[in-house]
Amino acid sequence: MSIAVAPVSIDELKATARRLRAHIVRMVASAQSGHPGGSLSAVELGVALFWNHLRCDPANPGWPDRDRFILSKGHATPFYYGLLAERGYFGIDQLAGFRKLGSPLQGHPSMGAMPGVEMSSGSLGQGLSFAIGQSIAGKMDGRDYRCWVLMGDGELNEGQVWEAAMAVPHFGLGERIIALVDRNGIQNDGFADTIMKTNPPEMWRGFGWHVIECDGHDMAAVDQALAEAERPHDRPRCVVAYTTKGRGVSFMENNPSFHGKAPTGEQLETALKEIEAGL
Amino acid sequence: MTSTPTTPTTAATREAYPFALAELVAEGIDVVAIDADLSVSTMGYQFGEMHPDRWLTVGVAEQNMVGIAAGLAAAGKTAFIASFASFLPGRCFDQLRTSVAQPKGGLNVKCVASHGGVTVGEDGMSAQAIEDLALATSLIPFDVVVPADFEEARQALIAVGQTTRPAYVRTGRPKVPGLYSNGYRFQIGRADRLREGSDVTLIACGILVGIAVQAAEALSAEGISARVLNMATIKPLDREAVIAAASETGAIVTAEEHQTHGGLGTAVARVLAETVPTPIAFVGVDRYGTSGKWDELLGYFELTPQRLAAAAREVIARKR
Repeated sequence: MSIAVAPVSIDELKATARRLRAHIVRMVASAQSGHPGGSLSAVELGVALFWNHLRCDPANPGWPDRDRFILSKGHATPFYYGLLAERGYFGIDQLAGFRKLGSPLQGHPSMGAMPGVEMSSGSLGQGLSFAIGQSIAGKMDGRDYRCWVLMGDGELNEGQVWEAAMAVPHFGLGERIIALVDRNGIQNDGFADTIMKTNPPEMWRGFGWHVIECDGHDMAAVDQALAEAERPHDRPRCVVAYTTKGRGVSFMENNPSFHGKAPTGEQLETALKEIEAGL
Repeated sequence: MTSTPTTPTTAATREAYPFALAELVAEGIDVVAIDADLSVSTMGYQFGEMHPDRWLTVGVAEQNMVGIAAGLAAAGKTAFIASFASFLPGRCFDQLRTSVAQPKGGLNVKCVASHGGVTVGEDGMSAQAIEDLALATSLIPFDVVVPADFEEARQALIAVGQTTRPAYVRTGRPKVPGLYSNGYRFQIGRADRLREGSDVTLIACGILVGIAVQAAEALSAEGISARVLNMATIKPLDREAVIAAASETGAIVTAEEHQTHGGLGTAVARVLAETVPTPIAFVGVDRYGTSGKWDELLGYFELTPQRLAAAAREVIARKR
């Protein structure tokens, strides 16, 4: 059994992306904590993936043949929970509980706490390894599901990412695992080039991957990059999406201080207006 | 290699690993075992020879090994991972915590850490794990077991493989005399009373169990009646056995190939503090080591019948 993905138009995806951005800033403002910057940067990647590429059935989140989406950059929960709610895994009303006592929507994802949450994360660098385990199990069980692993560029500092990166081609799992890198150029303490200067495409290529680069905020380009990543290749595929931290809200864009800071009430109003206008 | 000994045999506890895995597979348990380039020492390679489709090695990459095991477990497998106790859990503790212990009350991942304690021998202090039990017992859903001989290791590995909880099982490098035949029945969380006694109880795990029996024999010659408990399961601890020992003998000595903080002694002391406050003495390893043959190191660290007997006399003197 396989649920075919019915493609959604780029315009519809863009409308969904605007709604998701609004969820993100509302959740962080309501909780007065959380990570808006790296949530807003990942929006196009997440929306294009969940509507046009990820084999999933929100009504049946435990479907054994589903593609697994693994949020390795676990701090991007405003993005993740908003995405799952928009896709129909749970009600949008649940988002109001984000980071609040009594809500299952913890600051970082807790496996099984909500439908669609495949893995506990928050401590960075662990998602790709988890995907290898899921994929080996899929191979043993004759299932052809794929694992899509979303990582941040700061997260690539973690050594475990590279332990896993070398293992994917070694175990011949390139048809089952697709790596996605949100290259927004900012990590917790500041600009990535000053904290730890890296060259993600060269690093992935050096570990035997085929790298697909795209503008991470051009929805059509992202959609196309994900389609290319689905096509067979002799190497495993990694999509490096060039993005802007805080994308869609002028005062958050490319601003390291909004990695993990909430907007004030006034800033929220401005943010929602800018998102609606599709800055 | 395919048959199991039926009488107590001199063997290393790590040698039981492939036999136990093969038995679990024969029972229909969907086992996948992973090594990290130490399979010749953990004995995982022997399972790989028996079931190549159920075994893999990930290179020198313990963190990745834990993550892969978590993914396998999330997809319904019973994942075993093996390395040295100095690296597992030490090198990958965060991965065990975040990817294994926290999800859904604990994923079905079993850590089998060989070369535990100081009897790893000549490799010296960096290889001598004396912290692993403290780390493993701090992972909330984990069962933690330190078998005393080959047969107990075989049964303990099977027992943890039959549950869906995460577990940590520590095995050892040296060949040690067997205590049990296959008539023995290991149960997770149950102590085994190896010797009756009324003046003091020696509570030990792993290689110290046999040493505790020797200490009890020596004490007997002086007219001191020492009970010996093999407390193979550190967590969940057999509280009833500890309470009975405290109530009936009034003095406790714990003995382990581990530092006295965070291992068997700490767990026993907590039960005593909560129930029957009782004089207790702790025998363990509270300093970093050096190279030497494994049996020489037991002497160097005073993990000896003489030291246990001295601790017993000292703690008996503290009885009121």
